[in-house]
Amino acid sequence: MSKNNKNEVVMSVKNLTKIFKSGIFNPEYTTAVKDVSFDIEKGKIISLIGESGSGKTTVGKLILKLINPSSGQIIYKGQDIAEITDKKDTQKYYRRVQGIFQDPFATFNPLYRVDRVFDMIFDSYELGFSDKDEAIRKVLHDVNLNPDRTLGKFPHQLSGGQLQRLLIARALLMDVDILIADELISMLDASTRIGVLNLLVESCKKNGMAVIFITHDLNLGYYISDQSLIMYKGRLVERGATKKIYENSTHPYTKMLFEAVPEIGDRWDPEEEFLPEQVVGEVKDFYQNNQGRGFVEVEKGHSVLFSDE
Amino acid sequence: MLTEFWKKHENLYYALTNKKVIFGLTIVIFVFLLAVFGPMLTPYEYGDYAGEGYMPPSSQHFFGTTIDGKDVFTRTVYGLRSTLLVGVIAGTIATLVGCAVGFLAGYYGGTLFDELLMMMTNIFVVIPQLALLIVIAAFLEVRGVVVMAVIVSITAWPWTARAVRSQTLSLKNQEYVSLSKISSLNVGRILREDIASNMFSYVFMVFIQQFNGTMLATVQLEFLGLGPTKGISLGLVMQNAVNWNGIQLGMWWWAIIPGLILAVLITALYFINTGLDAAFNPRLREM
Repeated sequence: MSKNNKNEVVMSVKNLTKIFKSGIFNPEYTTAVKDVSFDIEKGKIISLIGESGSGKTTVGKLILKLINPSSGQIIYKGQDIAEITDKKDTQKYYRRVQGIFQDPFATFNPLYRVDRVFDMIFDSYELGFSDKDEAIRKVLHDVNLNPDRTLGKFPHQLSGGQLQRLLIARALLMDVDILIADELISMLDASTRIGVLNLLVESCKKNGMAVIFITHDLNLGYYISDQSLIMYKGRLVERGATKKIYENSTHPYTKMLFEAVPEIGDRWDPEEEFLPEQVVGEVKDFYQNNQGRGFVEVEKGHSVLFSDE
Repeated sequence: MLTEFWKKHENLYYALTNKKVIFGLTIVIFVFLLAVFGPMLTPYEYGDYAGEGYMPPSSQHFFGTTIDGKDVFTRTVYGLRSTLLVGVIAGTIATLVGCAVGFLAGYYGGTLFDELLMMMTNIFVVIPQLALLIVIAAFLEVRGVVVMAVIVSITAWPWTARAVRSQTLSLKNQEYVSLSKISSLNVGRILREDIASNMFSYVFMVFIQQFNGTMLATVQLEFLGLGPTKGISLGLVMQNAVNWNGIQLGMWWWAIIPGLILAVLITALYFINTGLDAAFNPRLREM
């Protein structure tokens, strides 16, 4: 791979904002994502880290065009994806950008056998395999599944981990540019986990696939990703190379996240309890003290949100 | 070739091998056959004087005779015909209207259109059924079977609409719908395979329940004397029996037999409903 290929940006997200509105006569607004910007580079893994409700899944859905942004843009290959409305173009987009959803049980239609997830992509896309069954069996072996024990089953007959690996196999078969992996390995046991992660990293290095790894697990983020994005209450609060963020975390929420990670050997200590309200207060003070600074690059490739106006 | 057929129509196979469905279906078919062929088994018309009054069931009068000598069997099978007809017509109307309103409201969930549809539905929900039915029934001087069906279905559809709406709302936000979208399935296939097929069993069961409910509502109206002004029906047979103090005079066959047929039919339909639930839902299948 040549050198300028290495930092090729495949997708850039610019000032992405999503506000949900519910009710007609008495609408209520919820800001799920506010002013989020980042670039996705070819073959790189980005972790999107944040607590539940921080808007990370919404970012994934926006990139997958499952919901429309309230404002901001997602540029893929020079085109705002909001402009992709034509059926053919949408199909082309999904041929290159794919996702794996949070809940494997909900991702399978309960009335159909699990094979359907493979049948659908073979129906819709030209995947370039001469033998469909052969290709499926091979990729299932790769994700450590026994094809004879999984194919032909109904979703309720398999475990969450097995279903999740079926979806990973589906994504690997498609060999995409960008994969949105929402809590990808949450249901895998520790032994399978590393295998699947390595498989993903391998696929990234070999085929130049970029992965957006949505997670709340910091260790995982550190293990796998080149870049990290920390989200808090719909805002991107820290962005940069994973190593830099881990070594030099600046935003109080990020700091709290690191302190909250238990290490092997640590025991629970009631004195050290970290209350969520405390973080809320700290973040508020932090914003107040740095009023007007906004989203600033503190070192090369490491930016922090200093104030949220 | 037969196995090939069953493989393709798995749901049908599971439905027809379910014990509850078999039991219910047998009874329902028997009752329908009685309604269709029963009138051929009797030489009388339902209004005819058939012989001596006050006769208990015998080989000549299967269900006995009324106080004025009419054949109860004849009246019951003719009545069954029109009661079933009302149930089918009213059940179909209520299901169609309910599903159409519910599906549209759910599909456009959260929009002004949805709000308006639901407002209308809620208005119909709060109208007391019996009061409205009495008013309408009293207003129309001549009431036939079809009019009865329409009157009953007016108050029967709103609950279906609400249930179907919430079903559609939750189905269209399922992650498997999202997966089908990013698998570039066309809208028709998503609606068919992901939404409609997950709802079909539900709608089918809604129909059975509506058929049940509207039939019962009609019989109730008839029993109160608000039934059809011409013809005969199960409710009218029973109302007649009660008006003539049939039970007090010891003619239990006059009111009990038609009532029993109706009760058995409704129970059988409930059996089909619970059986189908297990058949359509792979998670409830016994494997």
